[in-house]
Amino acid sequence: MTRRQRLIGLVSLIVATVVFIVPFVFILFMAVKSKSEAALFTFTWPTEWFFVENLIEVVKARNYMLLLAYFNSTVITVGAVALLIVFGAMVGYILQRRPSGWNKVIYACVLMGLMVPPAVVPTIWVLQGLNLFKTLTGMVLIHVAYGLAFSVLLYRSFIGTIPRELDEAARIDGAKPLQIFFKVILPLLKPVTVTLIVVQSIAIFNDFTNALYYLPGKENVTVQLTLFNFQSQFRSQFNLLFMNILLVTIPPLLVFIFFNRQIVAGMTSGAVKG
Amino acid sequence: MAQKRASPYPYWFVLPSAVVFITLFLVPTLVSFWFSLTRWDLFTAEYIGLDNYRQFFKEPFLVQGLINTLIYAVTTSGAKTVLGLLLAVLLTSGIWMQSFLRSVVFFPVLVSTIGVGITFTVLMHPTKGSINIALSYLGIDGPTWLADPALALYSVAFIDVWKGVGLATLIYIAGLAAISPDYYEAARIDGATRLQQFWRVTVPLVRPATVTVITLSLIGGLRSFDVIWATTRGGPGFASDVLASVIYKQYQAGFYGLSTAGNVILFLLIAVIVIPMTAWFQKRELDL
Repeated sequence: MTRRQRLIGLVSLIVATVVFIVPFVFILFMAVKSKSEAALFTFTWPTEWFFVENLIEVVKARNYMLLLAYFNSTVITVGAVALLIVFGAMVGYILQRRPSGWNKVIYACVLMGLMVPPAVVPTIWVLQGLNLFKTLTGMVLIHVAYGLAFSVLLYRSFIGTIPRELDEAARIDGAKPLQIFFKVILPLLKPVTVTLIVVQSIAIFNDFTNALYYLPGKENVTVQLTLFNFQSQFRSQFNLLFMNILLVTIPPLLVFIFFNRQIVAGMTSGAVKG
Repeated sequence: MAQKRASPYPYWFVLPSAVVFITLFLVPTLVSFWFSLTRWDLFTAEYIGLDNYRQFFKEPFLVQGLINTLIYAVTTSGAKTVLGLLLAVLLTSGIWMQSFLRSVVFFPVLVSTIGVGITFTVLMHPTKGSINIALSYLGIDGPTWLADPALALYSVAFIDVWKGVGLATLIYIAGLAAISPDYYEAARIDGATRLQQFWRVTVPLVRPATVTVITLSLIGGLRSFDVIWATTRGGPGFASDVLASVIYKQYQAGFYGLSTAGNVILFLLIAVIVIPMTAWFQKRELDL
């Protein structure tokens, strides 16, 4: 490494720290300050740390609403991601293994799914007709509908790298189509599956807009909605508001630390092919 | 009749996906064209022709929302493309702490938009916010950011770029990695300066990544809702309203037909911009 590279690195590090890290340090400082100190909005070291006190108070707020929100968000995320994996892999499998005139139709749907903004009020109308409006099941299925396109694309290209001979061998051994898929193919798709789990669970956990439209009501509150609602409730208690922000930032941070490689793979997949 | 042997790849594998996608995505999209022509309360719909669209293009604040959507999408997409490329070049040049810096730039992409929005509303507070206090140390009298009608939309766009530039950078890093070092070698032998190498080698050869970044960020920008809703809620007044926030406001007010018309307009806007753009990019691809 030349001196020049080291110098540019140092300067970039300082700029990046100010631009990209300071806001997160700010969140941390605000979250542990006392109510009156947080109200000053200053970027200063907390004079006293009220980490545990603020944490307990946020969790207790509105009759433990945050715990309910974490529970709901977890149910939605796990349910939707599980279905996205199985459904997406099945479509990708058929697309790759059994090309037909239908492929064009499916690709058109994938393209629409990536591009077209969902028609919100008509979707609410459909959900109401199916008795799924304001239900966790409805929310899960919405995320499946909106996430399928990405899931199918990701799986389709990877299934191309799995030799057909494996399917044939399983078939000769007497395996039924479902057995071939679940026992032979799906386990081999693990790298894509991990990527998909990581990328989609972050997206669904962070989803705000869809929950705002399709899941109103106190009993169904999700993590992002809680945060949004607390914005008005905690107007005078910024320490608690920021403790809440800190709490929703930690899960993606942990995922990022452990699954950095998969995230990068997922976010750039297909991107460079144009 | 001889029974045909069943394929090991039965079409019904597509069925679960098709059912969910058709009922919750395609059907709503198709019926939205009809409901946008009605006065609608979710139970009864009364056909009123193009009245909703007329209203959309007559009300100044709705027209403003449409214009703002375009400004917002172009600004954020442009900034993400340019900054993303520059950051990617910097972060592939073998500088000190390179992989740490990549993580730092990328991390905001994964964080809750609502959390980021609230944090920046506090940082951008006109008098107490850290940004203006920092500027005052430099002797600059900072603007009121989100509270200034002329600036609010751009302040939100700035937050959006801060949060999203990491994804553009990541895509560009992958694109740069695909360029063979031979090209740079050849350019160096021919005596090209670093700047010439950037314009004559990097920019043309990283084109596929550019196409992806522009397309993704433009679609995202046109549909953008949560950053705006977490910061200004379209305010002050209607200064930072975009189509997505107009759709939500009309929905909240109970004007379901009008809200749906907004949705159709957003759909058409994306189609009118993105489809010709993609076609143009592909044509250029063939010309090269």
